[in-house]
Amino acid sequence: MAELSTIIDYVRRNGSDAAYSGRPAIREKSLGIWETFDWKAFDENVESFAMGLASLGFARDDKLSVLGNNRPKLYWAQLSAMALGGQSVPVYHDSIATELTFVLSHAETKIIVAEDQEQVDKILSIRGDLPNLQWLIYCDPRGLTVYDEDFLLRYEDVVEKGRAFAGQNAGHYENSVSSLTASDIALIAYTSGTTGQPKGVMLSHANIIKTSEIFIQNEDLRADDDFLAYLPLAWVGDSVYNLCVSVMVGCATNCPESPETLMHDLRELGPTGILAPPRVWDGMISNLQVRAADAGGLKRWIYQAFREVAEAVELARQEGRPVAGGLKLKHAIGEWLLYGPVRDQLGLRRARWCLTGGAPLGPDAFRFFRGFGINLKQVYGATEVSGLVSLQPDDQANPDTVGLACNGIDLKVDAETSEVMVRSPGVFVGYYKEAEKTAEVLREDGWFHTGDAGLMDDRGHLVIIDRAKDVGKMADGSAFAPQFVELKLKFSPYIGEAVAFGDGRPFVSAMVAIDFDVVGNWADKANLPYTNYVDLSQKPEVRQLVAEEIRRINNSLPESTRIKRFLLLNKDFDADDDEVTRTRKIRRAFVTEKYAPVVNALYGGDREVDMKIDVTFEDGTKSQIDSHLIVEDAA
Amino acid sequence: MSDGANGSAEIALRVENLSKNFGGVKAVGDVSVTVPKGLIYAIIGPNGAGKTTLLNMISGFYAPDQGSIHLGNEDITRLNPANRATKGIARTFQNIALFNGLTVLDNLMMGRHVHMKAGVLASFLYWGKAQREEVEHRRRVEEIIDFLKLSDLRREPTGALAYGLRKRVELGRALAVEPSLLLLDEPMAGMNQEEKEDMVRYVLDVNGEFGTTIVLIEHDMGVIMDISDRIAVLDQGSKIADGTPDEVRNNPQVIEAYLGSGH
Repeated sequence: MAELSTIIDYVRRNGSDAAYSGRPAIREKSLGIWETFDWKAFDENVESFAMGLASLGFARDDKLSVLGNNRPKLYWAQLSAMALGGQSVPVYHDSIATELTFVLSHAETKIIVAEDQEQVDKILSIRGDLPNLQWLIYCDPRGLTVYDEDFLLRYEDVVEKGRAFAGQNAGHYENSVSSLTASDIALIAYTSGTTGQPKGVMLSHANIIKTSEIFIQNEDLRADDDFLAYLPLAWVGDSVYNLCVSVMVGCATNCPESPETLMHDLRELGPTGILAPPRVWDGMISNLQVRAADAGGLKRWIYQAFREVAEAVELARQEGRPVAGGLKLKHAIGEWLLYGPVRDQLGLRRARWCLTGGAPLGPDAFRFFRGFGINLKQVYGATEVSGLVSLQPDDQANPDTVGLACNGIDLKVDAETSEVMVRSPGVFVGYYKEAEKTAEVLREDGWFHTGDAGLMDDRGHLVIIDRAKDVGKMADGSAFAPQFVELKLKFSPYIGEAVAFGDGRPFVSAMVAIDFDVVGNWADKANLPYTNYVDLSQKPEVRQLVAEEIRRINNSLPESTRIKRFLLLNKDFDADDDEVTRTRKIRRAFVTEKYAPVVNALYGGDREVDMKIDVTFEDGTKSQIDSHLIVEDAA
Repeated sequence: MSDGANGSAEIALRVENLSKNFGGVKAVGDVSVTVPKGLIYAIIGPNGAGKTTLLNMISGFYAPDQGSIHLGNEDITRLNPANRATKGIARTFQNIALFNGLTVLDNLMMGRHVHMKAGVLASFLYWGKAQREEVEHRRRVEEIIDFLKLSDLRREPTGALAYGLRKRVELGRALAVEPSLLLLDEPMAGMNQEEKEDMVRYVLDVNGEFGTTIVLIEHDMGVIMDISDRIAVLDQGSKIADGTPDEVRNNPQVIEAYLGSGH
């Protein structure tokens, strides 16, 4: 076989090489059954849809966007675009229309492939703002048969057109694929943007392939591995793993039935490795805690007792202390009674590696999973470096660092600014149509400035403190990293989201949004009636509950960063309100401005705040809720 | 929906001069209703007007004292409920009637029962035709699960589900019959606003996607006026009006039946 220089080369190899062609490439759970496509079918689907795109006039450097949940057709569509020398520009399907408009018009998307009616409707509503859009293709025809827009096409119809096109243009696909080079741009991934508008990160085939190679080597990926494809298509990690790593290794990508069935499907599949953001791990723990609390007496006792054993063992391991014999024995019994069954319940029994990244995960959660025999490790990456910078080796996993730089990736921390800088084959080509912004972060010498503040510990592990620009100073001059405080808060099961203030202030205070499910469950147990989030969050009992939690958390914080005052918000932070990004990172400047009356009350000594809070519904309509919020002293 | 509104359309259900007495009490007296194919047809009326009795006679739970019922061109007046189900009538109940100990999936499979042809022995051995049949039925049920967005609840026992979801499962079981005529007895009763909106969506979708004729009883006037093509109004066992939502809304007899005289 000739040298493989693009992702499409690998797809074609898998389709024709007998070592791969009959093996499962992608599965989709549909009507309750996992449907399998082997690599031969995968390759054919990419080619046939590419021909369909070509028949619609899609050519080199045109942009195609996919919009929807993880579906084989949406993966094929992305690869088809690449095969024609175009770029895939996946977008977040839960975005509201105005956010979509920005990305789709900035990228000059020519063809959109949407999953279903919901996504089609979204595009139709912003059609007028997308002058470059020529075709809208949908996968699931339900409810769409009555639509008569002439630029709307069924996926199968496009394939059909492609068949006719291929008949008249023999060799088109072949020529197109062989003209691709490793330095061609394959993907434009828009960053979620905690500041300002999203930026389109251009990644070449070489960027993605080299990064995938590093990852494959690090985690020893094999052809019989299974991935669960559930993270947003627009997130760079999904593209790297499900469009490239799996294709290079020849292992299977598995698409769950729906977001609601994710946990069932995860359990059914038992992937051999999984990557999840902290909120998924936190969600698993909350879910387990609730189920344990609802279980019968004996089961509850087993859960409590052996959970403590697991934590004690893991703590000893992390601190490098030997585990006492009695504890070892208890741990072995626990493996049989609790840890094994829980791993099985979670669907992590076969997982050799479990990665958490995107945001820090609380130390207690981290210890919980590792104590239960789950190989949870931190990973650190950024869209601009194709998603991967550092990983923790299996035997050096701990909650405080994000691991060692992977082989082939150079990492350094600027001595003066503490900014983390990366140089690797995965470093991006540039921001699409934003040369100036590219120059700000990517210098001549090839180092990418991540914008994260960090330090190297004595083992060479990278520790991320916060976003470099967020690290502030308190009135007395001591450093204040808000994320550090928020992280501690968020590990309380009752707290869903938190924003900490302290820069230029005499003390730290926090705005807290409760976790509705967990607090709701607590309220049910305490016979506390409530109607909805607004009502529950403003109950004095709930305020007391959170105050207790904060006092407990304060004990683990340095004196200067202890939370003195806090306030419970009457709504959760929502990406539709621009308060958090689609990947649920707080947009600090925006939130501080939006909740200025709250901040004033926290520092002005007021007990109560009245304000109107803007809310946006999923269809884009806006409304205001009149709010009366109470400030509580925590210390 | 709209193509059936003119008089020449095919008839799905024709009820003529139907009467039913319980002891000496007249529940339904001399009611005639004609439902054109493919429509959403609502039956409304104050409490005790005889709506459920009428529905029970259509589905075969009660035998009428007088009158006749035709499904299409076929007289079904003397058929029992099971035979009517095989003719394509399915219904849901005012008080949900599901098997609480069975999963959502199994409850829906029950709905396929009328279509199962394999014998007891073959089914028991899960062999040959019985196996092929089961697989086919399961596929139909899975399509309904997908249609009603129940996939995450497939394996949940229905008894553990919230009220609104159980209503949806019941609708699913009725759909599993693949009915040509679907009878819904207060499908939105006791639901909160969000659940009602969901249910309305599904009722419209069933009508739109499968062309199923739907006869429903419902108390929520807002819903009725929004989704029905035609409405019949019962009062004290008799039909007092029949027409489009606008016609019924402005009918003085209907206003009086609902608000009482003196208004």
